Amino acid sequence: MNKPTDISLSRRRFLKVTAISGVGFAIGPVGFSLAARQGQTDTSKLGHFVRVAKDNSITVVIKHLDMGQGVTTGLTAIVAEEMNADWAQMRWEFAPADAERYNNLFFGKLQGTGGSTSIANSWTQLRQAGAAAKSMLVAAAAIAWEVNAGDLKTEKGRVVHPDGRTVSYGELAEAAAGQPVPQEPALKAPEEFTLIGTNLPRLDSQEKSNGQALYTADIRRPGMLHAVIMHPPGFGAKVASLDDSAALKVPGVKEVVTTPRGVAVLATSHWDALQGRKAVKAEWDYSKAEKRGSEQLWQEYRQLAGKPGHGVRTEGDPDSAMGRAASKISLEFEFPLLAHAAMEPMNCVVELKNGECHLWTGSQFPTVDKQVVAEITGTPQEKVFIHTQFAGGSFGRRTTPVSDYVRDAALIVKAIAGRAPVSLQWSREDDMRAGYYRPMALHRFEAGVDNNQLLVWQQRVVSQSILRGTLFEAMIQGPVDTSIVEGGSTLPYAINNLKVEAHEHSSGIPVLWWRSVGHSHNAFATEVFFDEVARTLGRDPVEMRLDLLKSHPRHTGVLKLAADKAGWGQKLADNQAQGVAVHESFGSFVAQVAQVTVNQDGSYQVDKIVCAVDCGVAVTPDVIRAQMEGGIGMGLGAILQEAISLKEGRVEQSNFDAYMPLRISKMPKIEVHIVPSSEAPSGVGEPGLPPVGPAVANALRRFLKQPVTRLPIGDKLDLA
Amino acid sequence: MIEFTLNGKAVKYEGDGKRPLLWYVRDELNLTGSKYGCGIAQCGACTMHLNGAPVRSCSVPMSAVAGGKVTTIEGLDGKTAEAVQQAWQSLDVVQCGYCQSGQVMSAVALLANNQAPNDADIDQAMEGNLCRCATYQRIRGAIHQAADNLAREA
Repeated sequence: MNKPTDISLSRRRFLKVTAISGVGFAIGPVGFSLAARQGQTDTSKLGHFVRVAKDNSITVVIKHLDMGQGVTTGLTAIVAEEMNADWAQMRWEFAPADAERYNNLFFGKLQGTGGSTSIANSWTQLRQAGAAAKSMLVAAAAIAWEVNAGDLKTEKGRVVHPDGRTVSYGELAEAAAGQPVPQEPALKAPEEFTLIGTNLPRLDSQEKSNGQALYTADIRRPGMLHAVIMHPPGFGAKVASLDDSAALKVPGVKEVVTTPRGVAVLATSHWDALQGRKAVKAEWDYSKAEKRGSEQLWQEYRQLAGKPGHGVRTEGDPDSAMGRAASKISLEFEFPLLAHAAMEPMNCVVELKNGECHLWTGSQFPTVDKQVVAEITGTPQEKVFIHTQFAGGSFGRRTTPVSDYVRDAALIVKAIAGRAPVSLQWSREDDMRAGYYRPMALHRFEAGVDNNQLLVWQQRVVSQSILRGTLFEAMIQGPVDTSIVEGGSTLPYAINNLKVEAHEHSSGIPVLWWRSVGHSHNAFATEVFFDEVARTLGRDPVEMRLDLLKSHPRHTGVLKLAADKAGWGQKLADNQAQGVAVHESFGSFVAQVAQVTVNQDGSYQVDKIVCAVDCGVAVTPDVIRAQMEGGIGMGLGAILQEAISLKEGRVEQSNFDAYMPLRISKMPKIEVHIVPSSEAPSGVGEPGLPPVGPAVANALRRFLKQPVTRLPIGDKLDLA
Repeated sequence: MIEFTLNGKAVKYEGDGKRPLLWYVRDELNLTGSKYGCGIAQCGACTMHLNGAPVRSCSVPMSAVAGGKVTTIEGLDGKTAEAVQQAWQSLDVVQCGYCQSGQVMSAVALLANNQAPNDADIDQAMEGNLCRCATYQRIRGAIHQAADNLAREA
């Protein structure tokens, strides 16, 4: 998702906040010092981010959701590095929902994960926390040994005396907790890093390889009922009438309740609840439902694209430049709705007890989830507790402005007056049909060329705003939601005359951030169109990009690296080709070279992707590689074979038989190269995705009559 | 009554024979390592072994397991399973992890039948296991590594 506030502004605010509060770090040995201090000390200053225990474990409190992107490992590594800890002593736990302590520093007073910001916003915060903790441990050792703290060193979780004696952090934990918290602890220089930049093993590998890792649906509460919900079959439809008599006779079914979002069936097991749901007879009121199908929506998009849009960026004098161009190139692209289709269909466990509300879920916006649940259940916010679980994927799905599936669970537990804890599990069909998709987008491009030069570039985009009409509408500055053209409006190429315009289309389709958001279609459209211009001018795609990226060293760096590692320009078999794309998103720079093989019957495969990434300091390189691989696989599935379509307003796909993410046989070989950098770290969860589509499309172009402008590409190509 | 063996222990089931194996194991036996992903045998997150063969337990009714031997991720043991899980950790295959119990079950079943699978064998055996995080490259690598380690021990 987008960053709601300007990063530089947030960073300035962050520095101010740190200076005042000393960040939330502190040492609070579990079960010892925390307890000992209760009643004497302001415990709000304890254990925000780092806890050193007497058993010599160091626990890092993770304020972000881990939905697979590996932040539990990455954030822990940052603390371990500054503490000079031994990796084996590091532990982690998810933070509670507490926006005061655990807000995303780029999101203001909102605790949340998104926009590939977890490492970036935590970088200085956790370095300071780790450095402060180390400094307090050293201070405690200095007192015990009666030496100057400055004469002591730290190494692998121990403080080292000049004479060679050592003491473990665990042994010092109790005494260290009494030391003053340094306000501006010295941070290590990057050349002193010993853990950051090395291939630290993921901290969640074992439990996720043996079935022991707990996800929301694995939570068991005493007396818990399993709930399923029947949403209206159409966006904006409502329950008109209900006959639950047959459902209530199904063995195991305990209750059937109607909520503002649908009809829920509660039973002693999930399968019994599903049987009950099949027996519910509901009539729906479609009077306010979205009834347009995909074809009608595309017609409306095309009509809008025929009119000038809201100007988002203008350089030079594009209109007159277009008028004098010797020749023009134009293309129109259509991008379908896409489903997140996380492997874990959305779910939530909720329990009302003793005036408290407890929630177990993979919460990506704990602050929003907490507000929603507090309001629905009438529980004061301070009595709402979120127990964050591993999320079985998200890709943006879990950050809805209305907390939709959490809202479902809260409405159900309220409808039964909290008589039992409720485990709500959406079915795959619910998950695919109840909404939230990457919006449709239509891009219309025109370029003018003259004297073998690219003279002018125009891009006009029609799409649906993710923010309009939601809690996050305030993020829209100006007349149009510019996230529609994100990545397009920041086109890095040196083109003297340039115009980027956007139109918002509105519909009742719930749309949301989908891994890399607007970049997912803007990178495709701009990079495929760029290749079309290069082709018209008879120029090499890499050479022409480098020529127009001279003032963008990080784009240039990844592009050269990817081209070099892929052997760009090498002689390939007649039925093979390479394509390239480069794109910046979320502060990171990624270039990819795709290699494809095309058969005479139009079938084809993507053989290999060579990826180069510059994301600043590479905190955990193997996690970065994994995120590039994952982003490539997801992006490839999307352009090859994924689409959500609507008929009379209803989603036509409901499961993996019709909506088809990439399977293993289509996964290309992927090579990831990381550009060494000392820049502050930026995100990797999303930036690997945008370049893969255009790189593949550009590789396929050699065999096609026309460039790829309609997605998904499908199994067979229309060969030239 | 349906009698079968689950993770080496005799089990007697007295409920509806149409109840899918997945939901009996998850909701009644509280073994939650096997996951629900699609309910129609399209994603493989619920993969268990029935008489040694990988099955999608969301679509196997209890009536079909009578007299059979069922193994879930919790009951995996033996050299092949150990090698697979070690390789999974050594290559850090997992991301969100939700599909990985099923991936591991399919991988173990593959190596039980084919000690030296090539990439095509792996793709064929693992095609029914979706991973939305697209950890496929590492899945291939981990299966090769497990096969190599098993061959070295043999």
